[in-house]
Amino acid sequence: MDLALKPEHKAFADEVRAFARANLSAATKAKTFSGKHYDKDDHIQWQQALGRQGWLAYTWPKKYGGPGWDVTQRFLFENVLAEEGAPRIIPFGPKMVGPVIYTFGTDEQKERFLPGIRSSEVSWCQGYSEPGAGSDLASLRTRAVREGDHYIVNGQKTWTSFAHWGDWIFCLVRTNPDAKPQEGISFLLIDMKTPGVTVRPIIMVDGAHHVNDVFLDNVKVPVANRIGKEGEGWTCAKFLLANERLGIAEVPASKRGVRSLRDIARAEPANGATLADDPAFTAQIADLDLQVQALEMSELRALSTMALGGAPGPEVSTLKIRGSEIQQRITELAMEAVGEYAAPYQPGMLFQDTNETPIGPDHAPPAAPRYFNFRKTSIYGGSNEIQKNIVSKMVLGL
Amino acid sequence: MDLSLSDEQKQLQDAAERFVRDKYAFENRRKIAATEKGWLPENWAQMAELGWLGMAFSEEDGGYGGGPIETMIVMEQFGKGLVLEPFLPTVVLGGGMIAKAGSKAQKEALLAPMIEGKKQFAFAWLERQSRYNLADVSLKATKEGNGWSLSGHKGVVYNAPSADNIIVLARTSGSAREEKGLTLFVVDAKAKGITRRDYPTQDSLRASELTFDKVSVGADAVLGKVDDAFGVVEDAVDHAIVALCAEATGCMDAINAATLEYIKTRKQFGVPIGKFQVLQHRMVDCFTNAQEARSMTLMASLKIDDKDSVVRRKAASGAKVQIGKSGKFCGQSAVQMHGGMGVTDELSVSHYFKRLTMIDLMFGNQQHHLTRYSNLAMAA
Repeated sequence: MDLALKPEHKAFADEVRAFARANLSAATKAKTFSGKHYDKDDHIQWQQALGRQGWLAYTWPKKYGGPGWDVTQRFLFENVLAEEGAPRIIPFGPKMVGPVIYTFGTDEQKERFLPGIRSSEVSWCQGYSEPGAGSDLASLRTRAVREGDHYIVNGQKTWTSFAHWGDWIFCLVRTNPDAKPQEGISFLLIDMKTPGVTVRPIIMVDGAHHVNDVFLDNVKVPVANRIGKEGEGWTCAKFLLANERLGIAEVPASKRGVRSLRDIARAEPANGATLADDPAFTAQIADLDLQVQALEMSELRALSTMALGGAPGPEVSTLKIRGSEIQQRITELAMEAVGEYAAPYQPGMLFQDTNETPIGPDHAPPAAPRYFNFRKTSIYGGSNEIQKNIVSKMVLGL
Repeated sequence: MDLSLSDEQKQLQDAAERFVRDKYAFENRRKIAATEKGWLPENWAQMAELGWLGMAFSEEDGGYGGGPIETMIVMEQFGKGLVLEPFLPTVVLGGGMIAKAGSKAQKEALLAPMIEGKKQFAFAWLERQSRYNLADVSLKATKEGNGWSLSGHKGVVYNAPSADNIIVLARTSGSAREEKGLTLFVVDAKAKGITRRDYPTQDSLRASELTFDKVSVGADAVLGKVDDAFGVVEDAVDHAIVALCAEATGCMDAINAATLEYIKTRKQFGVPIGKFQVLQHRMVDCFTNAQEARSMTLMASLKIDDKDSVVRRKAASGAKVQIGKSGKFCGQSAVQMHGGMGVTDELSVSHYFKRLTMIDLMFGNQQHHLTRYSNLAMAA
């Protein structure tokens, strides 16, 4: 057992850092550190650069065009990119549907879909939740009826992140309404340009538009776009959710968050000194710092089990729970650090390129909106209540 | 001891409840927030007519002889409706300081028209470096002939875009953060040399950054005594804190009611999600938190005019700690129990959550007031 990095891993980290510095635009990087929202180009340009380097699908095995990295390399890659201010990779293609396709898809489907995912030429979004099927995902009602070599799909998906940018959506649909809930579901890939697909924005608490309703009205989908057998979509769904829960802890971003909190504390005036001189405040940062370390080590232990050939077990739910709580706490402290200057609502500073000077310090405009927005992290990807049910049932046997 | 409302107070509560029901249905509030001023002159006129703008002032000052309990009753209902009219900056802060420190002439010129709904105020105390220290003031007022000249910056001045007069806390002597050497000035909002940068706040109120560039005022602009404003300001802010606590209890009642209704009706796994024990217990904790908030607010409202300044200050800080804690718990829990719907702009829940969050940050958050309370308690 050894925590220290081997020389070849240090060289690897240097290579990733040099790549990020050469390929990440200054504007995108600045948005990361100022807490501004990225636009589509920020994401796509960066992801396509990663794609050209063969690094976008960095968790994939070599066989499917991934770099075939070990656990340490993945860990370094994620951390270095976070330190350099790279936007998070939009997970729907490379982290979610890609692995489902190479695990459950036919050779024809792999050839057809994987290249566009690896290169980020094709953007994906996720059609899981429905208005009546959130925590109880298996109760989903979007219906797919077989007609010859097509399905006719009708229903509504919701909370679909980036549907307004998406070229394709992967959907859980009900192909057999008479089977048990989990057994009548199939996994379909749907081209967003198909007639009958409509996207409607949902505006969030901070005024941002990331998520959408997606309406499916007599959408004709070739049977060839089904991954896995009819009625076996739930297997794909569970496989994907377990992968999602692993990455969703966002440890590298939280490490960056803790560093940024200390910078904010040093910059915030308080009683003739700065907040960095206020032990009541800095102790709260230290507490978070330690929580992040515990989370990171737990994640590394889970990854190292996977490296030895194991699959991520249900205990990864604990990573999602703690990861989301930590992210929320970081945003809460960042807001409290700003004090009354968290109050001015400055959408121009959040969503647009602007020459306006911010009201208050540079870190003020996103402080409260991020706190509000990050309440979603304990809700999405399976609410924390559901994650705890999973742990109590699957891990503890209660 | 009697903790029940008098008949008059019950009538006041009914009237405030009716006002909120009639004027502040959620979609109505959205419309009011989108108007240019961000509040409705007709609502303000109605508040004047109902006597709310004068209820907390003595009859001698042209008011109706009520006090903090009347303010509490009205603010609580305002919290339920997320009311946008500038009651706090105008009546509680501006009116409160004028009543406390103003000359007869100032009361006639400012307080009387305010009670009639014809004048509004803003209180400019905060500066970029102030955080929650009311004495951390560097905007300077220097003698100029018989009057004064004001130069410096003030931030997050609520209601400055609509105010007729701005009450400015300035340094006339002493060093940075010294309590002695602070003076209040009543300045015409349109005075030459004032530059405003207006904006909406997270919770749909309006505020401004103000720059004062050699703003000339007469000697009669001084409110209270020169160099001796700190006590007046601290007391007014403590009254404002207690009023905010009452507003927050109203917010908590509303957000808890909305959440309770939601978990009774939202079905997952074939049953209303309120059937799950984990949500039942969380809902009980919300209810308990709101009870504690109401209790501490009532206690503070009863003590905030006490003769002993330590009692007053401890009451305000104590209640603010509770409101910070309870508001955060109820706000975060309501969002969580609403699931994705809780983080949308569409439902009222996120708007109550935002207001509760901003209330915690106003005039000192939970941590600040815990420290203040602790220092006062240790000194006793």
